[in-house]
Amino acid sequence: MSNGDSNVITGGTLAEIEEKRSSARLKTFSKTLFNWAAGLLILFALWYLGGYLIERNPATTHFADFGPIQTLKAFPVLWEEQTIQNAIQSSGYRLSIGLGIAIACGIPIGILLGVSRTFRQLSNSPFQLLRMISPLSWEPIAVIVFVTWNQAIIFLLAIASVWPVAFATAAGLAKVDPAWFKVAKNLGAKPWHLLTQIILPAILFDILTGIRAALGVAWIVLVPAEFLGVTSGLGYSIADARETLSYDHLTAMVLVIGIIGYILDSSCALAIKRFGWHRGIDQR
Amino acid sequence: MAIRGVEIDIRGLAHRYTPKNPLTFEDVNIQASPGESLVIIGRSGCGKSTLLHIIAGLLDGYSGTLKLDKEDVKKPSSRWVMMFQAPHLFPWMTVEHNVGVGLHFAGWPKEKIRERVAETIHLVHMEEYARNNTQDLSGGQQQRVALARSLVMEPEILLLDEPFSALDAFTRAALQKDVRSISKKLGINLVMVTHDIDEAVLMADRTLVMAGSPGKIMHDLMVDLPDPRNREDQVVQDKRAHLMQIFQDAVNGALSGDSIAEKYDGAMSEANLAGIT
Ligand SMILES: Nc1ncnc2c1ncn2[C@@H]1O[C@H](COP(=O)(O)OP(=O)(O)OP(=O)(O)O)[C@@H](O)[C@H]1O
Ligand SMILES: [Mg+2]
Repeated sequence: MSNGDSNVITGGTLAEIEEKRSSARLKTFSKTLFNWAAGLLILFALWYLGGYLIERNPATTHFADFGPIQTLKAFPVLWEEQTIQNAIQSSGYRLSIGLGIAIACGIPIGILLGVSRTFRQLSNSPFQLLRMISPLSWEPIAVIVFVTWNQAIIFLLAIASVWPVAFATAAGLAKVDPAWFKVAKNLGAKPWHLLTQIILPAILFDILTGIRAALGVAWIVLVPAEFLGVTSGLGYSIADARETLSYDHLTAMVLVIGIIGYILDSSCALAIKRFGWHRGIDQR
Repeated sequence: MAIRGVEIDIRGLAHRYTPKNPLTFEDVNIQASPGESLVIIGRSGCGKSTLLHIIAGLLDGYSGTLKLDKEDVKKPSSRWVMMFQAPHLFPWMTVEHNVGVGLHFAGWPKEKIRERVAETIHLVHMEEYARNNTQDLSGGQQQRVALARSLVMEPEILLLDEPFSALDAFTRAALQKDVRSISKKLGINLVMVTHDIDEAVLMADRTLVMAGSPGKIMHDLMVDLPDPRNREDQVVQDKRAHLMQIFQDAVNGALSGDSIAEKYDGAMSEANLAGIT
């Protein structure tokens, strides 16, 4: 992971070197773990301090529920009421459909971009233009076009996240060694084999990286998209908590969003590590 | 020692990449009998790789006839497989999967693929590494895997484009021996391209000297030496000296041809100038 910490290990027998290496690895790991926990702790401490100052100040004391203690107390309540579970379920449904559409469209678009110069030239300006439109600015149009708000939100998620997938796929394809095609054809590969056995595995790493970026964008778009129209989901529960002035619930839901986003992103990172064949320096 | 190789019959072969390009080579004639090993030597750029790609069915746009086993070659086939200068292994597959990938393309059942892959990996002495990631192998080991990946198809002709030029001298010597003995054991044809005169003498039944621009085959030398051949053997040394002489003559002959071409070019540009003024 951390190339900066790795020391050159020399001297002694091979067994000794291996021992030194594994102790160095353990050291690096515990240091990583410590920093990870310390970072979260610092964030929590700052939050605590902010909550404390808000509570102390008479002008802001009625916002004291933003503080960490009150927020943590709100969690069991929200869990009991099924608020958290329901919100995750609704948002998760929209996210997976929207992202699914983005992946299903993004990969073929990316492959087309990668293999066809005409398509690349033809689509360059339109795609760059469309990509620069903030996904949320589609909302009024989406609401008119689609029958339900649910569909409109899914559309927003899809249009926001299709670009990272498409461009990452195309970029991956540009890096594919043309010799692999030559070798594969030489060994009797049909076009179908070229796609499934060569192209897709070769660019899987890039596709997953694109999906990770897409997930990040979709996750950011999801919450504001749910502020309007729908009566379920993470965005809705935040808007609802604000209207009912239950700031502890509001902060708790914000925390839920952060935690789930973090988990989703980390899972993507793990998948990239697991399925990517590219060798990092530390794996050599 | 069954002969699995085929007859190679190339007549009047000429090639040009695009109408704007000069001829890559012309009037190439090669006849070889089943199981024979041909080694083509020649200076850089005389069209050796191009010729090999055409024989493999990987490149078209040639004139003349190219018959392998009396059939015209129009597209790649697992009957004539090419091995390249670099191993070009698929890094997302293990050694075994790399070796078996051609059989997979051909739709073989898994069980039979496994059997055949194991045999072929044994043939190139890579059993120990069968399950390894190809990115952890040395250059020579990677080239052995690439060899196995070609051999697993049981080709009748193995086309080799400077396959050992990136390897150190020891690894190269070992692979030269192995490839020759495997090809003789299987009775297949080798058509190999190299810059290395030693390699030509060690591996060929016949050496073709290609030179000039456009390239032509200037000489055809039998290398009828007993196996196994060693670099230090007097007969090998003698053959090498002989081939070196032939090669130099061919290159010099081609060079005088080049100077004619230069004069021609000069005349052309004068004509162009005249046209402009
Ligand atoms: N794709 C291509 N398009 C146009 N010209 C090409 C192409 N590939 C090769 N050539 C030209 O054709 C000629 C023969 O190339 P080729 O690669 O066959 O030579 P070679 O004998 O294999 O050389 P080397 O020993 O350096 O590998 C060269 O002059 C080269 O510039
Ligand atoms: Mg070449």
